[in-house]
Amino acid sequence: MSGPVLWGYAVIVLVGFLPNEVWRFAALFIARNLDDDSQFVLLARVIATSLITGVVAKLIVFSGGELAHIPFWIRLGAAAAGFAAFAVFRRSVFAGVATGELLLIVGGYWSGLTP
Amino acid sequence: MTALREFPSPSRALLAGMLSAWSSVFFLVLAGTYVGLGALAHDFGFSQWWLATTTVVVWAAPAQILLISALPTGASLFEVALGVTLSAVRLFPMVVALLPLIRRSARSIRDLLLPTHFTSVSMWVESLRLLPGIAPEYRIPFCNGLSLGYMTTAVAFGFVGFHLAAGLPPLLAGALLFLTPMSFLTSTARNCRQLVDVLAFAFGIVLGPLLAWYRVELDLMWTGVIGGLAAYGIHRVREAMS
Repeated sequence: MSGPVLWGYAVIVLVGFLPNEVWRFAALFIARNLDDDSQFVLLARVIATSLITGVVAKLIVFSGGELAHIPFWIRLGAAAAGFAAFAVFRRSVFAGVATGELLLIVGGYWSGLTP
Repeated sequence: MTALREFPSPSRALLAGMLSAWSSVFFLVLAGTYVGLGALAHDFGFSQWWLATTTVVVWAAPAQILLISALPTGASLFEVALGVTLSAVRLFPMVVALLPLIRRSARSIRDLLLPTHFTSVSMWVESLRLLPGIAPEYRIPFCNGLSLGYMTTAVAFGFVGFHLAAGLPPLLAGALLFLTPMSFLTSTARNCRQLVDVLAFAFGIVLGPLLAWYRVELDLMWTGVIGGLAAYGIHRVREAMS
């Protein structure tokens, strides 16, 4: 392999792997002896939950890429209807995702995006 | 209490984990996400093997997007590393909450290294849902199988996206991008077991866009910390009163 190619892989380790992995292993060394009923574990679980749903809401409200070309109220409506379908169909993730996607595609087509 | 799921051997548990990954909704999510990443890597001039390597060793889509889009713009390596590490803070509480489910069957810390590296949102959400129903001695192989199922999917669809590059019609590309929020929304809701989880879920949805709207620095980290602490605080107050 030539120098630049090898450097490309070294960059993955230096600025991709190490700064990312440090959090996973910090958690392993700090929490490896904690029990399921520990308050710290519960706190970690709810912080992770808030973080994930925060990302979800951000992706719907401030969409990027081609999703940004679909009007905001269609994205919001599709997500809300998908969530309602999830609740109605006995907490089925599949029903929720299928309903949300279907409405998003119909709405996106209606708003002028080419399939 | 229902009986915990057993397997004939650890390798059968690993296989069951892989099958579970390929039949879950996150198969579609990862396929969609990594088709997008493959196209991005192609457009920015990276090789398909470089992308596949980042998928295996970094194993975090936000960090990979940052690497691919920031490196070619001439950002300093320090800046990129800083961005990656800020995007990865979320992995810390996820690993903390995952470990108690699997650590009892670990003979040594070495058994926990792979699940730790494999921790990602999809694997975490599915592990918290499925592992409590599995006999403790099979949880680590099942969890590794689940992760391998997701990782192979991501690598494979990274190649697909690389070769499709920019050939995606706009509406399909938009629908693929919508898979991530839609599936995380419903699967996170499915995992809400107690009121404290529901509160954290709701606070995150409100705070995420709100802090982003006000351009708060590190908005997602604060969403997690404020939303999680508020949910936990309410939970403790209610417990103290009852």
